Amino acid sequence: MPSATQFDALPERAETQRGLIAVAMSGGVDSSTVAALLLEQGHPVVGLTMQLWNQRRLPELQGPGPAQHRCCSLDDVYDARRVAQHLRFPHYVVNLESQFEERVVRPFVEQYLSGRTPIACTNCNNDVKFEPLLRMARQIGAERLATGHYARIRRHPRTGRCELLRARDGTKDQSYFLWGLTQEQLSRSDFPLGELTKEQVREIARRAELPVAEKPESMELCFVPNGNYVQFIQAYSREAGISLAEQEGEIVNEDGAVIGRHSGVHHFTIGQRKGLGFAAGKPLYVLAIDAAKNQVVVGDDSALRTTSFAVEDVNWVSVEAPHTPVRASVKIRHKHEPAPATVEALEGRRAHVTFDSPQRAVTPGQAAVFYDADVVLGGGWIR
Amino acid sequence: MRVYLDHNATTPVDPAVRDAMLPFLSGDFGNASSIHTPGQQARAAVETAREQVAALIGAKPQEIVFTSGGTESDNHAIFGCLFPSASSISSASLDHESTPRVITTAIEHEAVLNSCQELERRGVAVTYLPVHRDGVVDLEQLRAAIRPETALITVMHANNELGAIQPIAEIGKIAREKGIPFHTDAVQAAAKIPIDVNVLAVDLLALSAHKFYGPKGVGALFVRAGTKIGPFLFGGHHQRGFRPGTENVPGIVGMGKAAELARLALDADSQRIAVLRDRLERGLLSQIPDSRVNAARAPRTPNTTNISFAGIEGEALVIALDLRGIAVSTGAACSSGAVEPSHVLTAIGLSAAEARSCIRFSLGRHTTEAEIDFALRAVPEAVSQLREISPAYRKPASAR
Repeated sequence: MPSATQFDALPERAETQRGLIAVAMSGGVDSSTVAALLLEQGHPVVGLTMQLWNQRRLPELQGPGPAQHRCCSLDDVYDARRVAQHLRFPHYVVNLESQFEERVVRPFVEQYLSGRTPIACTNCNNDVKFEPLLRMARQIGAERLATGHYARIRRHPRTGRCELLRARDGTKDQSYFLWGLTQEQLSRSDFPLGELTKEQVREIARRAELPVAEKPESMELCFVPNGNYVQFIQAYSREAGISLAEQEGEIVNEDGAVIGRHSGVHHFTIGQRKGLGFAAGKPLYVLAIDAAKNQVVVGDDSALRTTSFAVEDVNWVSVEAPHTPVRASVKIRHKHEPAPATVEALEGRRAHVTFDSPQRAVTPGQAAVFYDADVVLGGGWIR
Repeated sequence: MRVYLDHNATTPVDPAVRDAMLPFLSGDFGNASSIHTPGQQARAAVETAREQVAALIGAKPQEIVFTSGGTESDNHAIFGCLFPSASSISSASLDHESTPRVITTAIEHEAVLNSCQELERRGVAVTYLPVHRDGVVDLEQLRAAIRPETALITVMHANNELGAIQPIAEIGKIAREKGIPFHTDAVQAAAKIPIDVNVLAVDLLALSAHKFYGPKGVGALFVRAGTKIGPFLFGGHHQRGFRPGTENVPGIVGMGKAAELARLALDADSQRIAVLRDRLERGLLSQIPDSRVNAARAPRTPNTTNISFAGIEGEALVIALDLRGIAVSTGAACSSGAVEPSHVLTAIGLSAAEARSCIRFSLGRHTTEAEIDFALRAVPEAVSQLREISPAYRKPASAR
């Protein structure tokens, strides 16, 4: 007598839904709008939200009360669920906490401690997000995964290869974070926001009356409360038993003369001016971080400019690895205006980049991404 | 078709229970502690419910305390025993010469497990007894773990994930011999198997209404007369000050009615459900290669089967089945609906990968043969769909 319960009143599910698309939902306006757009176009949709980080993990970083308004907080999971309820499609949470810690959080901390400035979002895209979500999507009968990234995918008419392109809206473009995707991943991914501006996305969200239409954008790294990296690194290291005891060290000038002391290389990033902790006659900038010697090298702004550098773990995303040096616009951090350069592919997934004119603060741990106009040729980690 | 096979997570409120509750929402809305007539009506209803719940477990009505649910009942039993007076909340003032000890098992529900971990933070020593591969605790190990300082034994009656029934009566006998208070979390046993607090020799027993067709947010704690236990919440004089807070009259009435229905239907329900469960289990095992029932040789609640399907991710199978209209679970549900590796499955010796390949089916009073047949078509289909793209699954070389 199940009818006694109204359980039957829930919508029926087709045994296998043809053309089912999985949407990676963060609970924000972008990915929620993706779901709304796909439904509007008549695709059956299933929402997947990744649970990546337990906000209670490092209680010393929390204020009192429940964690709020952060990516991966329960609020965001529930926001995604509210959108799914509102638009009436199934939605599930996928727990990827252990992969996230192993492949994003721990490397993030270790890189900082070794004097580099990592980009956690790229690691997450490369190593956490696409692979397991696509696998989950396929296991539950969806052949494709749509995300709220501002970027475009195009199939090359002749080679059939999938190309990764900048978003139409240059101010929102996120292609810089996506160079690590494989052909297999690209061929199964959709970025429906690639042709839209943020304002258009908000407008669609409002029209669909999404409960997150006016939700503010999250700008910070999802697992670092308040954007305070240093505090996070110290708290995480303590919990993970990574020793920070010997972190104090010297600040030296380009000639190696000691001109001050610092309390750990993880406080610094290349090009940084503020927070050097002493007054010099002229502005000084961090030129290099030598974790082995526990030294921070400082000097003039002019000494920050570099023409050539090495890149490793290179992925030629839209093209075959070229046999001869290629011309490209190279972007060396998220906010960098790409600059003309020559890129030479080397053995062992390495590359050498030579800018036409010197660029400021080439930072180990950041990504160098090679563009040909709108096409992302490839990218890799700055050594 | 929609098939709900997750009754260990929760059950629908029985229509008869709902009908019993309705008058107490708007009409007979009185506060059971009030002197006037509306209050007296509410009080009478609460006391009837107390009798009904007591009857389900062979207790006296005055030994039943209504709570907000299983979690509160477990917390009250544990903290109330370890910190029996209001003035001894901190570990510094525990009224024991040496560190008090608590014995529990590795497969308890979080309501007990996390309470015990909190006890440890407050200076109590806790022994987590291991279980056999079939999910049952070893009485000799229990005996060996008892110390003069042992202040409480808490062992669940039936496990939520496996259905494995623990030897509660035997443990009760040991505890009584040694004069140690004994608590059991019977949330998953109530209304599935007969419970008699005197046969079991328990001093404390936790119940939750929504696991047996009652409403959510109401539970009960059986406290044997004479048990040394203090309040857990502090407030007014309700329930003799032992559990203050205005009584949740509609909830309590619903729990009472649900307990009465369960008592009357227990034998017929459990026999009928066991037949369906066995049919599901046999059907799945015969159709799906490399599948195995966990805790198969333990005495189990009649409605539960936990099956591992080698090479699949249980989380994906739950989703794939939900998309086909079948609601099951991988184990204990957690806050966001995300799945964490099960401490129960690792406690019975499964590797992390094996633990992730398990699905719990839990049947209920309303489960029909047609629903089981539907599941017997959908589950093998979904499992083979998952295995096709599973890197972890290699078809066995030898023909099966």
